[in-house]
Amino acid sequence: MIKDEEKPQALMEQSRSNGMNQYLAANARAIPPSGIRRFFDLVNASKDKDIITLGVGEPDFVTPWRVRDAAVYSLEKGKTQYTPNAGMPELREAIAQYLSNQFNVSYDPAKEMLVTVGGSEGIDLALRALVELGDEILIPEPSYISYSPITTLSGGVAVGIETFAEDQFKLTAENLKAAITPKSKILVLCYPSNPTGAIMNYEELLPIAKVVEDNDLIVISDEIYAELTYTDTQHVSFAALPGMKDRTILVSGFSKAFAMTGWRMGYACGHPDLIGAMLKIHQYTVMCAPIMGQVAAFEALTNGLEEKDRMVESYNQRRRLVVQGFREMGLDCHEPQGAFYAFPSIRSTGLTSEQFAERLIQEAKVAAVPGHVFGKGGEGFIRCCYATSVNQLTEALERIGAFLRKLG
Amino acid sequence: MNEFKHSILDLLKEDARLSAATIATMLGADEKDVSAAIADMERDHVIVKYTSVVNWSKVDEDKVTALIEVECTPQRGRGFESIAERIYLYPEVKSVYLMSGAYDLQVEIEGKNLKEVASFVSNKLSTIENVISTKTFFILKKYKQDGIIFEEFEDDHRLPVSP
Repeated sequence: MIKDEEKPQALMEQSRSNGMNQYLAANARAIPPSGIRRFFDLVNASKDKDIITLGVGEPDFVTPWRVRDAAVYSLEKGKTQYTPNAGMPELREAIAQYLSNQFNVSYDPAKEMLVTVGGSEGIDLALRALVELGDEILIPEPSYISYSPITTLSGGVAVGIETFAEDQFKLTAENLKAAITPKSKILVLCYPSNPTGAIMNYEELLPIAKVVEDNDLIVISDEIYAELTYTDTQHVSFAALPGMKDRTILVSGFSKAFAMTGWRMGYACGHPDLIGAMLKIHQYTVMCAPIMGQVAAFEALTNGLEEKDRMVESYNQRRRLVVQGFREMGLDCHEPQGAFYAFPSIRSTGLTSEQFAERLIQEAKVAAVPGHVFGKGGEGFIRCCYATSVNQLTEALERIGAFLRKLG
Repeated sequence: MNEFKHSILDLLKEDARLSAATIATMLGADEKDVSAAIADMERDHVIVKYTSVVNWSKVDEDKVTALIEVECTPQRGRGFESIAERIYLYPEVKSVYLMSGAYDLQVEIEGKNLKEVASFVSNKLSTIENVISTKTFFILKKYKQDGIIFEEFEDDHRLPVSP
């Protein structure tokens, strides 16, 4: 790269007049700015302390004290170094044990596992390790907003598969099959789902596994909300389905279940060949996940399970409160059985989700995320996070109810 | 005690003002069942009283609280019961616990000032028959009471909107 002072005067002037966009890679230019950003700015700009926000995507609990304390203690003891690229061996052992106990999937901590900087890095690594130019990546939508841009950055083509409230936003084998072309390579699953709260049980996943097998697909299964499943039957990991372990990259982490979003601690598990490739990218880009986070994660798995269960129960109670609240005010709200989001339909108001969310902030002082930012099938819905105190939720529901009555 | 009642107690312990209807929704139960269970527990003195946790240091009122370790001789047939009773009937006594270890009863006393507490200990408490000795410790600051932290934290550091 030529330094500024070495550039000919004419070229310098030209770049000033055109801005610097011409220097950007086509892939980086192609990804759209996050639709959530605009709402963030809207809430921030209002500077109104009275706004209740259901727009968050993280727990309202702070990380359990014993976990924070373990990290503080490790800092006092001078644990400030790099760890092995794949993560501290004792942490990987603990994760393997945890996955086996909770979700009935077994991974060799030495070869089939990688500790990442949040679940997000795991998704990025998986896509970068697998996607070749023009590969089609199948993404059931509405979905978490990062899959599609990362696919674009990796040179792939994101193919959204619309899911519907009538199906409780579950992916059906039929819709999956309809989206498959010879270029299809990867299916990204995220159940329990952000933003819909949908889950998929064993019987519902089996036909998906069949289609995956028949079409030789790889599955990136983002199970970051696995623990936040509120039915009597436990969360089913896609990797636990017959024949699916080698075809699945399981991505998860500590952010949601252990209230550790800011620590950025995640992990990816899969076939040694796939994890090996992801590890290469990981070691050249981030080296290793931060050691203090790894120490904290280890404490969370060894001594934090009871507090995790307590938090999950508390989300479940608030989930019931919010769903009933929306239904009582006349909004269609499918029952979210996982994560901590309700996804009510606002179609009856005649507004678009963007109009609704914008007016809700301005007129009712409640922030929610308009559904259209989550891709196909999101228009006509809003995402409301219920990880907020019962008093705040009750007040928010009252305000939304009053706003709806005003709309008539 | 069944799990249902336990769940109700857990919620009421956090917020005693929750209505039966709200509790019913949160637990996915019927409002009538919740009301009946609460009535049961009130009758059986499982739920003894609904009170507020007050941080008195914020109120413009001087109050002194002391913890007193009391050693006493148990009585044949009644153990510590009648001594405890003679202590807890005083309104200035806030709590009385029978303890294992170096002393027998732990008594919490609240008074308007130091003098009032001192006078209670010397005139009332230590003169009770079978009380052998008392050690008084004044509370300087309450950090946490009944599981509730008094220190005020900025409690929500989250970004208002995130993916």
